Amino acid sequence: MLRFIFTRVSLIIPTFIGITLLAFFLIRLVPGDPIETLAGERGIDPARHEQLRKEYGFDQPILVQYGIYLSRVLQGDLGKSMITQEPVLNEFSSLFPATIELALCAILFALIIGLPAGIIAAIRRNSIFDHGVMGVSLAGYSMPIFWWGLILILLFSVQFDLTPVSGRIDVLYYIEPITGFLLIDTLLSDEVDAFWSAVQHLILPTIVLGTVPLAVIARMTRSAMLEVLGEDYIRTAKAKGLSRFRIVALHALRNALIPVVTVIGLQIGVLFTGAILTETIFSWPGVGKWLIDAIFRRDYPVLQGGALLLGVVVMSVNLLVDLAYGLINPRIRHTR
Amino acid sequence: MALVEIENLSVEFPTQGGIMRAVDGVSLKLEEGEVLGVVGESGSGKSVTMLALMGLIPFPGRVRADKLTFNGRDLLTISEKERRKLTGKDVAMIFQEPTTSLNPSFTVGFQLTETLRLHEGMDRKAAERRAIELLSQVGIPSPESRLSAYPHQLSGGMNQRVMIAMAIACNPKLLIADEPTTALDVTIQAQILDLLMNLQKERKMGLVMITHNMGVVADTAQRVMVMYAGQIMEERSAADLFASPQHPYTAALLAALPERSEGGRLATIPGVVPGLYDRPKGCLFSPRCAYATEHSRNVRPELRPWASGHIRCHYPLGDPNRNAAIHHDHPLKTEAAS
Repeated sequence: MLRFIFTRVSLIIPTFIGITLLAFFLIRLVPGDPIETLAGERGIDPARHEQLRKEYGFDQPILVQYGIYLSRVLQGDLGKSMITQEPVLNEFSSLFPATIELALCAILFALIIGLPAGIIAAIRRNSIFDHGVMGVSLAGYSMPIFWWGLILILLFSVQFDLTPVSGRIDVLYYIEPITGFLLIDTLLSDEVDAFWSAVQHLILPTIVLGTVPLAVIARMTRSAMLEVLGEDYIRTAKAKGLSRFRIVALHALRNALIPVVTVIGLQIGVLFTGAILTETIFSWPGVGKWLIDAIFRRDYPVLQGGALLLGVVVMSVNLLVDLAYGLINPRIRHTR
Repeated sequence: MALVEIENLSVEFPTQGGIMRAVDGVSLKLEEGEVLGVVGESGSGKSVTMLALMGLIPFPGRVRADKLTFNGRDLLTISEKERRKLTGKDVAMIFQEPTTSLNPSFTVGFQLTETLRLHEGMDRKAAERRAIELLSQVGIPSPESRLSAYPHQLSGGMNQRVMIAMAIACNPKLLIADEPTTALDVTIQAQILDLLMNLQKERKMGLVMITHNMGVVADTAQRVMVMYAGQIMEERSAADLFASPQHPYTAALLAALPERSEGGRLATIPGVVPGLYDRPKGCLFSPRCAYATEHSRNVRPELRPWASGHIRCHYPLGDPNRNAAIHHDHPLKTEAAS
């Protein structure tokens, strides 16, 4: 197990370098000069332009620029936003809780509905329920997030006026950030109305962001369950006279969860990609929207830093998932 | 009262090509403490018959019988819940592949105590003590430390011992062993068979030994049932069956045993067990039978009392009028044996 952890952790280094490469070079492939964007429509004096280019180091050869960037990153310096002059790390850490709150709600939503749906579909294979779940999840998986979000807003916010259109909480409330998670902060500061406002604001983004993971988890759970239910040890469990519930919920599920956990780990990455779109649609003040804005402003430091930090988060979550794997799969735990 | 009484049992599986009849009109009686060997090739319905008795036929399989009782209880009308109280307690089963028959995610101790806690209502401590006893009874060394082992940490033979310990945990009246030694290597096979036979004698439990190995049956069973394509072909005491097989199929199976061959090439039975599409109209064995006639290909023989048991054949080998009957019914092939 120790060796497993060691190999798994050491894989992080090349991945990290890979992310810095992508984050650095991809944005530079996008046409548009950051300083001209910064200056806006009125344009900029050529001498001042040249001076700013020097200041940001854009006059250096690109590989040298990358070298400087990488050595700063290794020292923990992600640079400052070209627009706000705030350190990237500060901006990220003030916005990140909003994204995490949304992402957690989305994955919980996906799990709470996806797991039972997949299990029941597997037990009632070929029933109307099974076909229904599989059809709906295929549709959910194929749904473009931005379109799905707009349809939901049109229906629930505009037509039925059930949920707010955008934002994280009603403008009436100001909640002093304690944890950064509004659901918790509102309760900590005893603002029950603000809590419900935050819940209402969360509903649609959660559904939109959770739809793809929900579809994937439901389908994966169903197929893993179907495979496990055909195993010899399930026949043994039946031969022991165990109840149907115990067989499914304990003997089968424990084994079926192994591939499902892997898929959940992979979905975390998808979740953050989805968060960028979802946050933009719902004006959710998280890192996704922040990154999109940075692209439009050609704010190189924010983009590089944000992409890198998100990459680190996804890597860490995947690492945790891989380690959690050992907990549910004794065959991994006991190999050296 | 017999421990098990089965009359005219059939098990059918609907498939896309039609209804597949895996067990066809099987009747059998098993007394308490009796050892019955069930033999036949793969696909002969021997396992499915016993799974039907256990109530383990998977959906959409259909079980039908005129009578199906265990220890005087009618299994056809019993509720699902009542039935679960019997399975695993009074009637237990062990399977062919011990390693895949144990759940890889749970320890041996958990899987063993689970049965005890369910059927005997023991608490965790008592169940663990009993589990250690059981493990040492089935010959597992240092049983205390094995409780926390996972199946993948034990060998196939050890896992089969664990399966046996699980099966006998609640002192069953009947143990069904479905090819318990097929997946094990030869030295372990003998140990497991010895273990099963010793446990059977000690506890006087009924034992059904499903196998395709005639040698195993000869060593263990008091009575033998030979199955073919879902039907009983012959059924009699083991001693009689091995001394003078009455059904041509039994004779052919015995002739294929290496122990019985007298040098030269080993005898085989050409062809395969009929499937869904090529089920013969007459005797199911007729396409492969050396003595098949026009009559046996068209008229299916009934299971009838014969000698010390039952047989399903128009021309039993011990019948003195056999040659005349075959001659009368127009043989398709010349008789090879005489």
